[in-house]
Amino acid sequence: MSIKISDISYKYGKKQALHNVNLELCQGFNVLLGPNGAGKSTLFSLLTAQFSIQNGSICFGGSSLHPPSRELFKKVGVVFQNTTLDLDLTVQQNLTYFAALHGIGKHTALEQLQPILSALSLMPHLNEKVRQLNQGHRRRVELARAVLHQPHYLFLDEPTVGLDVPSREAIIAYVRQLADTGVTILWTTHLLDEVQADDALVVLCDGQVLLSERCQVALQSMQKQSVLDLYQSLTKKVVQAI
Amino acid sequence: MNSLPAASLWYTFQAIVVRELLRFFQQKSRLFSALVRPLLWLIVFAAGFRSALGLSITPPYETYILYQEYIVPGLCGMIVLFNAMQSSLSMVYDREMGSMKVLLMSPAPKAFLLFAKLCGGAILSLLQVVIFVLLAWGLDVNIPLLGLLYSIPTIFLTAFFLGSLGLILANHIKQLENFAGVMNFVIFPMFFLSSALYPLWKIQESSLYLYWLCKYNPFTFAVEMLRFSLYEQYNVELIALVSGVTLLCAFFAINTFKAKK
Repeated sequence: MSIKISDISYKYGKKQALHNVNLELCQGFNVLLGPNGAGKSTLFSLLTAQFSIQNGSICFGGSSLHPPSRELFKKVGVVFQNTTLDLDLTVQQNLTYFAALHGIGKHTALEQLQPILSALSLMPHLNEKVRQLNQGHRRRVELARAVLHQPHYLFLDEPTVGLDVPSREAIIAYVRQLADTGVTILWTTHLLDEVQADDALVVLCDGQVLLSERCQVALQSMQKQSVLDLYQSLTKKVVQAI
Repeated sequence: MNSLPAASLWYTFQAIVVRELLRFFQQKSRLFSALVRPLLWLIVFAAGFRSALGLSITPPYETYILYQEYIVPGLCGMIVLFNAMQSSLSMVYDREMGSMKVLLMSPAPKAFLLFAKLCGGAILSLLQVVIFVLLAWGLDVNIPLLGLLYSIPTIFLTAFFLGSLGLILANHIKQLENFAGVMNFVIFPMFFLSSALYPLWKIQESSLYLYWLCKYNPFTFAVEMLRFSLYEQYNVELIALVSGVTLLCAFFAINTFKAKK
């Protein structure tokens, strides 16, 4: 269930956003790091078929994303960078709406949601309108929505930005649990403290992949003490070159 | 090949339609303005023009009719037109808010998702037209009761045509702010250059160019189709024309629709 990204390039008009990106995202927790404008969101949009592929290919366990197969969407869960919930619907209405979009009936959806809602402490908020929830709980609802159809691939675009510590911890802990069950997760962030030693780490800068390795291995091979040192040494080089 | 079985597609269809309805009923002012607009035309405009405009007997009418009776089908078309454009506005909003991305992550075919959205819009149009015709009865406008039943399929067809057109527009509008342009350059010309408010022969008397523009305006086809059905008749030629335009618009709408601009 790995994702193979081969020779992906992407341009916005004349501006090159991604240069020949080659990557393999394996089962488990993959972290995509990069400064603003690195091309993370472009890569994310390509992986979630929001953008059409211009050059190269993306394969999900052998199935090509070009053209995107609707069948593949059954296996993909996404938490977008900005809230995409309907603010005037309740938490339950938002979740059952999404379940129905995936062909899951209300009763089945609510059954499937029970453990997810409990794990994310959302049960008491089920009948509240999303507009009444704080940012942290909205994010949890988005995560619950992204996993309710039991996806094989889960993409999260900066899911913890602007959240308080308990919400961040709850989300990270839940996603790491999923990673342990064999889901392929791509966690896009620029918060370095979210990276753990055994995570697969991808560093993207100026549209190019600077590193794609297990974090621990990269730290050892580049003789760095922390992810911050590693990240700075990699991205500085590029910034100087620009 | 469908990626979902029929039962699953049904859940998807139901969810999209119900969401459209929920959203409509949450915006109470939308229902209010949807009814006030045509009623104003019917009460104020029709009263003013009633004596100025003489109407000869043209099909589907079998006798002389009052002007306020003449404009009811056009006002029904107006309701569907404004509802379709409102839906396209909500599509632009959905795209800005990101809910369109969520919709298009569904494994159901994109054409099916858009079809379900159009059905939701068509049901809303039908509901508004029915309420408007009931209110028109209260103002002594004689539309046959059976005509309303006859008009269910033609209202749906008109809603699909205008909804598809709205989808094409939604795909070309980058920001909500640009929607005023749609009002000025699409809705108003489409409505005024049609037979909704005055019969074509009246326009022909004034300007031949305007007459041709009005005659070949697809909205005129839709209004005339509605006019026939409201008087318990189906004009096959008009139905074929509106169906053709609908298919064309739907084809472009589906093939150009994107979740993100």
